[in-house]
Amino acid sequence: MIGESWIPEFLMPIWEWLHEYVQYTIFSGVKALIILLPLFIVVAYYTYAERKVIGYMQVRKGPNRVGPKGLLQPFADMFKLMFKEIIIPTNSNRYLFIIAPIITFAPAMAAWAVIPFTDTLVFADINAGLLYILAMTSVGVYGVIIAGWASNSKYALLGAMRSAAQIVAYEIAMGFALVGVLMVGGSLNLGEIVAKQSGGIGHWFFIPLLPLFFVYLISGVAETNRAPFDVAEGESEIVAGFHVEYSGMTFAVFFLAEYANMILIAMLCSLLFFGGWLSPVPELAGDSIGWLFGKTAFFMLLLLWFRATFPRYRYDQIMRLGWKVLLPVTIFWLAVEGVAVYFKIGPWFG
Amino acid sequence: MLAKINLYLKSFLFLELLKGLSVTGRYFFRRKFTIQYPEQKTPISPRFRGLHALRRYANGEERCIACKLCEAVCPALAITIESEQREDGSRRTTRYDIDLFKCIYCGFCEEACPVDSIVETNVFEYHFENRGENIMTKEKLLEIGDRYEAQLAADKAADAPYR
Repeated sequence: MIGESWIPEFLMPIWEWLHEYVQYTIFSGVKALIILLPLFIVVAYYTYAERKVIGYMQVRKGPNRVGPKGLLQPFADMFKLMFKEIIIPTNSNRYLFIIAPIITFAPAMAAWAVIPFTDTLVFADINAGLLYILAMTSVGVYGVIIAGWASNSKYALLGAMRSAAQIVAYEIAMGFALVGVLMVGGSLNLGEIVAKQSGGIGHWFFIPLLPLFFVYLISGVAETNRAPFDVAEGESEIVAGFHVEYSGMTFAVFFLAEYANMILIAMLCSLLFFGGWLSPVPELAGDSIGWLFGKTAFFMLLLLWFRATFPRYRYDQIMRLGWKVLLPVTIFWLAVEGVAVYFKIGPWFG
Repeated sequence: MLAKINLYLKSFLFLELLKGLSVTGRYFFRRKFTIQYPEQKTPISPRFRGLHALRRYANGEERCIACKLCEAVCPALAITIESEQREDGSRRTTRYDIDLFKCIYCGFCEEACPVDSIVETNVFEYHFENRGENIMTKEKLLEIGDRYEAQLAADKAADAPYR
């Protein structure tokens, strides 16, 4: 029976009375909540961390008024957004306008289903995990495009068009970078990819795949529309890009999706290239979920650091980087990898 | 040729990006300049141009002699003055209005005044809650002058050596 060991004794009769499908739905729902609720908290505090880190790098203090050290600021923002009016512009497509943030949000959450947190702790241990992640992160951009189109605003439309072209360019480089991981890992299952990296820091995939790791990180930043690739938002050029017309909760949902995606990219970086929950020196410290969170936190900080440092790319520069630099680099490195696989080089291709 | 290789090397090793990151990384640990406004305030110059006031002499007589120089010099036409002869024969204003929405706080009125009557205080934290409150009447201006006279006199004294 599903979840037998998890249900308390006194609820057992009711649980057994339920149909198997209902049991399954409830069980999966609870599991999803266990992943998503902490994710929401992390997203809330990631926004706080972003404002603090960027503030500190600009020699400011950042938010420090709401609660001790400003720690309640995310909740103040959340309540503000919850109670704000959702304005639907005239002549906009009402249906698409409302559905666009949901289209962005749902895949950003759904992608977390296949993320393994330890070798046993994973919501859906499917064999096509990597493919599923690629699919989910690409679906999100439809929300952006639909939002831009439905808003009946030139800025929103411009932002959406930029975003569409950018995603097409970077999706390919990202996909190729993941093909590299696939060739070393020999599996699409994220858990197995991490398991293949066991044996200390020397076995992690970032060493044989260093160029692909950088390509993945760069296209990950581009994929989430973050600085320096935030032309879709470009607040200094096109106000706020695709979400100019959004307010209140609809805006908050876009926001949530963007930050959840950033965390996802950071976590994927640590899973695919830095051995996930594996300890760098297994002789000294055992593998634990703490390693995964630590590595993820580092990449999350890196994303904020990028935003505080780099000026926004011009649109044609983004296209040049995507098509003429990242793509050739990945293809070249795939060839190098092919040779390495053929000769079974190092601890990675053995 | 060599320059080109150099360029490729530079961009593929992310040298300039790392340089930028190290700058922001260093600034992360710098001392922060933020002034926590209501608790902390920046120092204010004695020449600060804030809310206006009309001053009086020590014996309580208002300084303004209705010469209308301030009205004439005001670039924003924010000052309106009407004057009449008082019973004792001196010329005094019956109306002295400053529209604070028009005023650009240039301080020309203070410069033009031959008797140091119209001045600008260092008060910058004020607000209006109703329409019409932006018009500072003679009564209001005199009242502000009375309230901040000590500060105004001190500011004038501090600035005197430089005039």
